[in-house]
Amino acid sequence: MGVYKLSTAGGLATPRTNYSSFLAGNPAFDPDSFFPIASTTVGSGGSSNVEFTSITADYTHLQIRGIIKNTANNSESVRFRFNSDTNTNYSFHRLFGDGSSASAYGEANTSYAGEASSSNSPQTNIFSALVYDILDYKNTNKYKTVRGLSGKDFNGSGNIFLFSGNWRNTNAITSITIYPNSDNFAQYTQFALYGIKGS
Amino acid sequence: MASTYEKIATTTLSSTQSTVTFSSISSAYTDLVLVMNPIANTASGSYPYLRFNGDSSTNYSRTMIAGTGSAAESDRSSNSSEGYFIYGNQVQTDSAFNGIININNYSNTTTYKTFLARTNVASGTGPRVEALAGLWRSTSAINQIVLHCGSNSFVSGSTFTLYGILKA
Repeated sequence: MGVYKLSTAGGLATPRTNYSSFLAGNPAFDPDSFFPIASTTVGSGGSSNVEFTSITADYTHLQIRGIIKNTANNSESVRFRFNSDTNTNYSFHRLFGDGSSASAYGEANTSYAGEASSSNSPQTNIFSALVYDILDYKNTNKYKTVRGLSGKDFNGSGNIFLFSGNWRNTNAITSITIYPNSDNFAQYTQFALYGIKGS
Repeated sequence: MASTYEKIATTTLSSTQSTVTFSSISSAYTDLVLVMNPIANTASGSYPYLRFNGDSSTNYSRTMIAGTGSAAESDRSSNSSEGYFIYGNQVQTDSAFNGIININNYSNTTTYKTFLARTNVASGTGPRVEALAGLWRSTSAINQIVLHCGSNSFVSGSTFTLYGILKA
């Protein structure tokens, strides 16, 4: 069966272009594959954690992006948990640079899926940055693996984290808790959660 | 209305240029992602850096980690007039250098701007991988990015694409 594009054929009179596709020469609709799910900006009172809940299974991967600061004087990191699991079902490894030396570190049977860099209270206006990927988060046939890049620079000190983590659970991830290793998140700390669709 | 992950601009050089500029960047997004595969006219001295909003004052600093294939290292620089997003990586005369720079919350006027860079040199002089946290000590929204090829130039075939990401 032929397909005709009436907007340019001038009706069904000949000559006209006979297409074999219903696209009729138009480009295929290419929907976004990167979707905003939710975001949180910490208010003036600070916050002990940030949670993303009721995450649907509509995507293939998740990504968290943010800027981070802690209310403590010397806090170093933020941590991640899934589905409110506080048991020792996690592990992580990381490469760490502090500006003078590089080191590697890891923990097995820990209660969080990786540590990211955090700015802290004395650093006026400076926040760390984070990109954190949760791959195949809804797959119920395998444990969940994450990876992240985060860092901060204080013009004379700072650090950079390149890390991966594992959650030994086959449940689909439906909630994510992000919390500092001590004290609270400071005002203007922001996390945004995105869903990435596969083909 | 902006898409969630939208290409803002892309440049493929057809001639030699000492700089590549993305200007009039709107504040419609939350984060910026700059993806590049540049080529240099000469590798020696092609340590790429950026500047935001035309600022050539000493407001940039960085902390980095690198792997050379035989060792890991970390270093930093402070009070620099160049926003280096590398430490030892140099743009090569082939396409062996590539990089991705994340600039989170680039348009807020409350905080200084922290950016994360991942760069690689797959061959040529000193193959290595690097990750870097950079800081621009300014609360201004970023509306311009100028990329420099160190003391050299980018040549034809170099590609640079700037994306914007919009949060919920």
